[in-house]
Amino acid sequence: MDPLALLTLQALNALSLSALLFFISLGLTLIFGIMRVVNFAHGALFMLGAYVGVTAHNASGSFLLSLVAAPLAAGLLGLAFERTALSRLYAREHSAFLLVTFGLALALTEAIRLLWGADARQAELPDALSGIVFVMDEPFPVYRLLLIGAGVLCGLGCWAGLQRTRLGLLLRAASQNPVMTAALGNDVGRVRAFVFALACALAALGGALAAPLLSASLGLGSNVIIDAFVIVMIGGMGSFLGTAAGSLLVGFAQTFGNYYLPELALGMTYVVMIAVLVLRPGGLFGRPE
Amino acid sequence: MLEMQGLRGGYGPAQVLNDVSLSVRAGEVTAILGRNGVGKTTLLRGLMGLLPRLSGRVTLAGEALAGLPTHRVARAGIGYVPEGRQIFPELTVTENLAVGQRSPSRLWPAERLFGLLPNLRERQRNAGRSLSGGEQQMLAIARALVTDPRVLLLDEPSQGLAPMVVQELARILRHLAGEGVAVLLVEQNLRLTETVADRIAIMARGTVVHDDTAAGFRAAEDELRHRWLTL
Repeated sequence: MDPLALLTLQALNALSLSALLFFISLGLTLIFGIMRVVNFAHGALFMLGAYVGVTAHNASGSFLLSLVAAPLAAGLLGLAFERTALSRLYAREHSAFLLVTFGLALALTEAIRLLWGADARQAELPDALSGIVFVMDEPFPVYRLLLIGAGVLCGLGCWAGLQRTRLGLLLRAASQNPVMTAALGNDVGRVRAFVFALACALAALGGALAAPLLSASLGLGSNVIIDAFVIVMIGGMGSFLGTAAGSLLVGFAQTFGNYYLPELALGMTYVVMIAVLVLRPGGLFGRPE
Repeated sequence: MLEMQGLRGGYGPAQVLNDVSLSVRAGEVTAILGRNGVGKTTLLRGLMGLLPRLSGRVTLAGEALAGLPTHRVARAGIGYVPEGRQIFPELTVTENLAVGQRSPSRLWPAERLFGLLPNLRERQRNAGRSLSGGEQQMLAIARALVTDPRVLLLDEPSQGLAPMVVQELARILRHLAGEGVAVLLVEQNLRLTETVADRIAIMARGTVVHDDTAAGFRAAEDELRHRWLTL
């Protein structure tokens, strides 16, 4: 194969992986930004999205519908969880929050095992999306291009939402100073609930998009949450642009690492993380706290 | 306008406020003086619904406020300019102001606001972090004003400001009282307090130990200072 074509295809593969990682790490960073805590359940929500997506797709025959059903289910679950459990914990120590989200991750994984069984579920792509296109005379799956597009759209949409809407403004204000945001007449509890639900929905959308590639299996959540943690740290905790940059770095490191240094592939993510954190301890776009 | 009766409260087991009663009238600047740690900041935090424990009565034009969550207190018509200004460092001046405007301000549209606080007009696109201390204080006041408050609480606004800026602050507070706002000012700066206050209260050990007109304060100033204010 022409080396340039190989490089291009690998770059496209890396971009499509980055897009999937972006869906989960973006929600993680939004939650961290406004609540200053890490949501351990985020991987499980990604996994839930994959299962709900596969089931909705098989039941309805519509792939598009599965991309609506998965984020809707996870978003509602996230909203209910935030209102009933998390909202009581903000005044407490962070460890309480971490333990409760860790508990949710365990409970969700077990619930999925009970509902769907231990076997992996493979989603079949509709014909229109399972084809290939030729990139520099080499075949490339259409679906991976679609993932890249979905990641870019999601990034632009969230960026516009953060910068141009009142809710985005309140989210940014509350991540800097929640007390003053409330003292200016804003219900910060509602902002938090919305952000948490939105972040859960994004993770599940990522899971539903990933299902045709990775298939829905019980290890999916714990695999992907580690990458997402690394991305959020690389980017700088709570930074939107940092999360985008971190997703790209990890996506490229894993894809190219797999190809050129297969014996080191598992470690590539951490090599990148250590390199970034040595040079910039707060992450690429992090603010010193 | 703002009435406090028998306020008690604090953080955890520590009782900081110990039976505070005070009235703040519309069109007047009421100042609270007192040494460090007597509960002045805690009182303002209590009014804003920011204390874990608070008992007693607070009414704003007859409407009960005690026990309401912070955002409801703000919506009821109380503006808060906290200790240390607490502006949003990563938001622009315009965005800082927008946080408090669930709908555009009726009483403080841009022209009127920048007429009172002209330094901010030029800095609307600048990040809060890049403002000088004086500009940050003006922004903290502006941000409270655009919520259209009937009562404005200020916690040591003169702290760390140059004398020129403190004079500017005095002008602004007098102007606000002239517009009918009820101003409650917590201060350590005696000169600023005597320049702007209509009434002066003194707090000690979590309660109000003196409450009189500014003229009454001046008449007994030496004794009051010695007893309650100097170390």
